[in-house]
Amino acid sequence: MNIVLDNNHSKEQVAMRDAYCQTLIELARWNEDIVAVDADVMNSMGTVPFQKAFPDRTFNCGIQEANMIGVAAGLSATGKIPFAHTFGIFATRRVCDQVFISCSYARLNVKIIGGDPGITAAFNGGTHMPFEDMGIMRTIPEMTIIEPTDATMMRDITRQVAARYGVFYIRSARKNVVKVYGEGSTFEIGKAAPLRDGKDVTIIAAGILVDEALQAADILAGQGISARVLNMFTIKPIDKDAIIQAAQETGALVTAENHSIIGGLGSAVAEVVAENCLVPLERIGARDIFGEVGPEDYLKVRFQMTASDIAAMAQKAVARKGKSLA
Amino acid sequence: MDEQKIREMGILAHKIRVETLRAMGKLGFGHIGGSMSIAEVLAVLYGGVMKIDPRNPGWDGRDWLVVSKGHAGPSVYAALALAGYFPTEELLTLNQPGTNLPSHCDRLKTPGIDMTTGSLGQGISTAIGVALGHRLNKKDNYVYLILGDGECNEGQIWEGVQFAAHWQVDKLIAFVDANKKQLDGYTQDINDLTGLAGKFACFGWHSQEVDGHDAGQIVAAVEKAKQAEGRPSVIVLDTVKGKGCCFAEPVFLNHHMNISPDMAAEAIAELEKDLARCGCKS
Ligand SMILES: Cc1ncc(C[n+]2csc(CCOP(=O)(O)OP(=O)(O)O)c2C)c(N)n1
Ligand SMILES: [Mg+2]
Repeated sequence: MNIVLDNNHSKEQVAMRDAYCQTLIELARWNEDIVAVDADVMNSMGTVPFQKAFPDRTFNCGIQEANMIGVAAGLSATGKIPFAHTFGIFATRRVCDQVFISCSYARLNVKIIGGDPGITAAFNGGTHMPFEDMGIMRTIPEMTIIEPTDATMMRDITRQVAARYGVFYIRSARKNVVKVYGEGSTFEIGKAAPLRDGKDVTIIAAGILVDEALQAADILAGQGISARVLNMFTIKPIDKDAIIQAAQETGALVTAENHSIIGGLGSAVAEVVAENCLVPLERIGARDIFGEVGPEDYLKVRFQMTASDIAAMAQKAVARKGKSLA
Repeated sequence: MDEQKIREMGILAHKIRVETLRAMGKLGFGHIGGSMSIAEVLAVLYGGVMKIDPRNPGWDGRDWLVVSKGHAGPSVYAALALAGYFPTEELLTLNQPGTNLPSHCDRLKTPGIDMTTGSLGQGISTAIGVALGHRLNKKDNYVYLILGDGECNEGQIWEGVQFAAHWQVDKLIAFVDANKKQLDGYTQDINDLTGLAGKFACFGWHSQEVDGHDAGQIVAAVEKAKQAEGRPSVIVLDTVKGKGCCFAEPVFLNHHMNISPDMAAEAIAELEKDLARCGCKS
């Protein structure tokens, strides 16, 4: 891990999908086993340049997500390294059994990329808004789940995932997100990336809520609360040590995810806390509610995922310190 | 159905395009290609073929419509508004915060939408379920279904096709909007679907193919489909993706496009010229 922070809170020049696809093309140039499988959303997922570079190693199955995942499993059984692309809802809900049996249970080597997590599905609306994808994937044994934060992390994670064996689920916004890391930063899968130190509370965030969490820490600083911020970009396996340490050193935790509070980051942290280090824990995320259509800014407010929502939750967690947790 | 009625359906199709473009033009983008290609079939269904009561969308004597290619919501909403389910001004709330008109069809939000769709492939099964329910309830309402041609890639479509034939679901009339394109390009280049009408026929369906931009042919095909006792029916509509919209029709990748106010205005003006030629206003 070698992290340089970029503290401008400005949008990336490059879209997540382009950072991803460029990296995959670079990797595929020297690793002939890398192949792409798609399901008629190549233009949306940004994988057309891969197809142009490697037409023989790209299989656009059409609108057949289940078939795509099965084909990926078969390719993997012959030593290929398939990267399967579609929107997060289809990459998880629609193909759950194919992922479970054909990929995971069969111990094959398939990388699944799910676009448009949570509110980034925006104008595609409630049918397309995955608040449950991590919940579905997290219950599948040996699955690794990663939510890259920005283009720099996307590039680094793509390289690492290509080099590792197993079934991976990467959920990522497709378009330009806020830049958090300086060029050249590297990360360790399974290890939380510390963003800011603090002593009163720890905000554990992932995805587009990482930047909100950093802004929340600024708000809290103005209120005399010192907040630590951890980027939990690997949701599974979760970094138990970092959570326990944060609980012991700051005494209160808040999770912030662009997902349901059921099944994802908030649940994973709650499991660690309940078993190891009882401290007040509050969760930011969709509260057992379906998504809806609208611009991302509106949805962030609607689903209480803004920096001020996070700051308010942190205050609540801090206020519970020392009170009975029973 | 008389000539005059069919002429009116053709005009209604143009009006559906105009209203759809107004809403998408205001929003700035949309699934233009597949919304334009179904204007005629929507005009036929809402312009006289379906038994409906727009003032009472839940009327239990009505015919149902499942728009399985749910991303065409905007043109379905235009058809519903023009049929009198809600005011046309409401169309401009498309995709706005709190709207009743989301990108994809939602039965709980929009009066007149009978089934929630958006995940391709699912509408065929729900339509069959509705038809079976009607049969159990001793009702003879028709269930209409609109599928995309790309959508027919999905395995679930062919599960439904087998199952509906087995159960002789003859109150089901499906349309396939065969506009030859899906999101990433031509269906033929991605996962070749040619011979769709024949494929349905092989599975035991009553199968027809007509010009999907000719209201008269669609009406005649529906009448024939209703004669097909003991078999579900499919009408494959030969259509053009983006049909009638000057900035979309000639473009190869016209599934989802950014639409500036000028583009929308120009396309609407062209459609209105056509309408004026028939002595109508939108
Ligand atoms: C299960 C599923 N996979 C992918 C999508 C994304 N998607 C929306 S529309 C579309 C293309 C549809 O093509 P087609 O059925 O031919 O519709 P049309 O040409 O009429 O727009 C795709 C891939 C989806 N909505 N559902
Ligand atoms: Mg099509």
